[in-house]
Amino acid sequence: MRSYFIYFGLMALPILGGLVAFVLRSIRIRRALLPGVASAHLILTLLALHARPAQILGGWIGLDDAGSLLLLVTSILFYAAAVYAQGYLRSESRTAHRDPEESFLFDNAPEAVFIGCLLLFLGTMTFVEISRHLGMIWVAVESTTLVSAPLIYFHRHHRSLEAVWKYLMICSVGIALALLGLFFLASAESSSSLLLDDVLRDAVRLPIPWLKTAFIFMLVGYGTKMGLAPMHTWLPDAHSEAPSLVSALLSGSLLNCAFLALWRMTQVCIAAGMNDFVRDLLLALGFTSLGLAAVFIVRQRDFKRLLAYSSIENMGIITIGVALGTAGYSGAFLHMLNHSLIKGSLFLVAGSILALHGTRATDAVRGLSKRAPAAARLWLLGLLAIGGMPPFGAFISKFIIVRAALIQGHWVVASAFLGIVFIVFVGISGIALNMVLGTPSEPKSESQAALSAAWIIPPTILLALSLLLGLFIPRVIGNLIQGASGSGGFWP
Amino acid sequence: MNFEVHYLMGPFLGIVFAPLLPGIINKVKAFYAGRRGPPLLQLYFDLFKLLSKGAVYSSSTSWLFRAGPVITFSTILAALFIIPFGSSAPIAFTGDLLLVFYLLGMARFFTVIAAMDTGSSFEGMGASREVQFSAFAEPGLFITFAAMARLTGCLSLSDIFQSITPELWTAQAPALVLGAVVLSIILLAENARIPVDDPNTHLELTMIHEVMVLDHGGPDFALILYSSALKLWLFASWLAGIVIPRFDTTIPARYAAMFVGVILACIVTGTIESIMARLRLLRIPQLLIGAGTLGLVAFLLACQGGVSP
Amino acid sequence: MNDLLLILVILSNLRLLASSRLGACIKWAAWQGILLGLLTITAAWPHPPIQTWVLAIVAASLKGLAFPWLLFRTLRRVQVRREIEPYIGFNLSLGIGLVLLLIAFSLARRLPLPEGLDSEFWIPAAFFSLLTGLLLIVARKTAVMQVIGYLVLENGIFAYGAGAARHAPLLLEMGILLDLFVAVFVMGIALFHIARDFDHINVDRLVSLKE
Repeated sequence: MRSYFIYFGLMALPILGGLVAFVLRSIRIRRALLPGVASAHLILTLLALHARPAQILGGWIGLDDAGSLLLLVTSILFYAAAVYAQGYLRSESRTAHRDPEESFLFDNAPEAVFIGCLLLFLGTMTFVEISRHLGMIWVAVESTTLVSAPLIYFHRHHRSLEAVWKYLMICSVGIALALLGLFFLASAESSSSLLLDDVLRDAVRLPIPWLKTAFIFMLVGYGTKMGLAPMHTWLPDAHSEAPSLVSALLSGSLLNCAFLALWRMTQVCIAAGMNDFVRDLLLALGFTSLGLAAVFIVRQRDFKRLLAYSSIENMGIITIGVALGTAGYSGAFLHMLNHSLIKGSLFLVAGSILALHGTRATDAVRGLSKRAPAAARLWLLGLLAIGGMPPFGAFISKFIIVRAALIQGHWVVASAFLGIVFIVFVGISGIALNMVLGTPSEPKSESQAALSAAWIIPPTILLALSLLLGLFIPRVIGNLIQGASGSGGFWP
Repeated sequence: MNFEVHYLMGPFLGIVFAPLLPGIINKVKAFYAGRRGPPLLQLYFDLFKLLSKGAVYSSSTSWLFRAGPVITFSTILAALFIIPFGSSAPIAFTGDLLLVFYLLGMARFFTVIAAMDTGSSFEGMGASREVQFSAFAEPGLFITFAAMARLTGCLSLSDIFQSITPELWTAQAPALVLGAVVLSIILLAENARIPVDDPNTHLELTMIHEVMVLDHGGPDFALILYSSALKLWLFASWLAGIVIPRFDTTIPARYAAMFVGVILACIVTGTIESIMARLRLLRIPQLLIGAGTLGLVAFLLACQGGVSP
Repeated sequence: MNDLLLILVILSNLRLLASSRLGACIKWAAWQGILLGLLTITAAWPHPPIQTWVLAIVAASLKGLAFPWLLFRTLRRVQVRREIEPYIGFNLSLGIGLVLLLIAFSLARRLPLPEGLDSEFWIPAAFFSLLTGLLLIVARKTAVMQVIGYLVLENGIFAYGAGAARHAPLLLEMGILLDLFVAVFVMGIALFHIARDFDHINVDRLVSLKE
């Protein structure tokens, strides 16, 4: 009974809240709906982590360790975004907006659509995390694409429209290919059940060619959604043109959901014994993402695009972690956790910088430390953290992954990994220092004079959580990661 | 190749009745237009009239110009002897369908050469259009007959058409329907019918076949008209051969059935000519490539279910 | 019967590749959807269970009626009739389509035929629809044709699922169809905005985001 309550609450609350937000008239109640639903969702999530509810509906819905981890991160990130949204929506409620890059006037989407789609977004992502049926996961991932498209198109101008069209087309085609992979898997499955537990149980008996084809298609499909190169082309546009809090959610939660879908299929293949096949494919895609992101980070001139390419790079790191077998799984999951927290914080701060300076160009923002010290500190620390600087958590997770590579004898993998990560670190820190130090530059166009607390506190908390994870991993999280990766500990 | 006398009936029927076909088509077009139209035997009267006239040859032409109509006529007549009509053809051997294609190609080649021999840009324009469209139409024809060969497992035209039985129709209907559709499109293309070419037009913008033969007169023109009628008979008997399966009846009944089929094919052609307008010249390659595509689909279908020769 | 329907599906794909009129393309994609609905039933002949009937009716009405209605509505607001100058011309598209047909047939020969399928054209037709959809998305400039290409892609995958993975539960198929509906709906809205903002729906001019 309690399980039903928890699961339905987790999913129905945001979805109902979203539908209600579409029809609400009062601006204040609508804006207050966001943190209200977010806090209820967070409470339910913590309850679920504590109570570990059993599977319901015949195994279609359930929370395993990986799902719980992602659910926790999604919930925390959404809560931070909901608080941030209060300040953001207040500043966006002026009637005319002028684009900083090209100086034309544009409109925003109606706030009801924005808040409604945000809540629906939370609901569909929760749906991905609590599904235990491979087909249901597909439906949920596709619905996240559809629900997040209006969010990207919040600022109504031609660039965001282009970003939305690319996002819709590329992600939908990718997901369609993942559906084909799912059908290949269903062809292989003789017991006609696509429930994850059944498939895992039968995995050893499934014919290998079908599994291989299914895995390839699902890798391409969900990899598109996850942002792995060379299917990543939609990501920089979508994540840079969307409003910053939407970008935070996209980078911090949506990419993880796609990763979760891919992880389920990887579990099936590992259970069937195709370790080498999986490892080679994942390493190839992971390094392509890593290398390509590094190339585009080094000379990046738009700081939101910089963060988007950094997301691609980190997804590549997570993929490499998964490729390295049991030793690397815990590193991958820990990195996913840290990346979400840090990237979420960074995007929120980027939104603040954009509001302060009115421009997204890296060479137009200078002397941030003098103009907005809190934001500057967060920005610098966040960018260094995502590059892998200790004592933040990303260092530990990358360390685990490199160690996994070394103890398995993959010297080339480890050295290439370290080399590219080093290049990215240099590029990012160069840009960060340029923006933070120096004499303050004049704001480009309409901008705010100062930032209220609602702009600063959520990113601070997120970054602090990542710092906490770097110093000391709470027992709950540790158990979850161990359970998700099926390994005996962090240092197997 | 055992030869029976009644095999000669097919070519004989073709030689005698071929000029009737354009008459039938014109009557059908007149019927749709609410006219009475020219008499059925009009082409016979025209041929008779032309044979008794003299010819005028331009001084800029050479022997090619005089040879063109004769070679066209003789090659198509020769092809007529390889086409089965109801039963086997007088000349039948493995691979004879390639010979028919090449004979038709030779006929076209000499028509084009004779047209270009006049040195007039008018005929040259017609020649270039004709060659361009045949470059698209011939692959379609080849592929369709390849599909037929694959379906029936035979490589001789007579054997192929003998094997199109009602059983084959029930088993392989989609491939045969596609083959018939492709053949009718190519019939329209090769015989200069709407929607590919308008046989009644005399405007420079729209002529293809008419313009190539513009300078011929007298007996030469008679030969040209007669050979185009023979070519129409040829294609119509192909189409009738595919559509009408070979029942197990007496020999005269088979000939009669084919004859009826040929007339029906002409009626259908006349109907299509009356219903449609001529396509823009830019569209004709698309139509022919589409026909070739359908032919390829028919070939693939035949490969899936057919017999290997 | 299955053979005939599948050959019609293949022919409709070829027609889509050769046509430049957007209205005609939408109609052909709709006919493809209805054919697939019919195929769902004939695949389970002679005793299709009730859920197969439901799925077939929902699929046919969505793909044959709802999606064309949405697309025609978008076309009316956008006021574009034809695709002019695509990336890959129509004759060349048809030629590439033939190559894709050959690829589809050879791929189908590699895969073991799932049990219960009496037609050997099932897998080739499904793969051919998939490849045609991909070719349409890549080769055409108007955004409407890209949406049609996406629908044809999904038709191919649906055909494969209906044929080879027939024990996928009803709920899953319904979920997929619902997703598809919302996708076309959202794409229609985006299309309308593109037409309004850019005065055209050619995606080759959506190039301002670089690097």
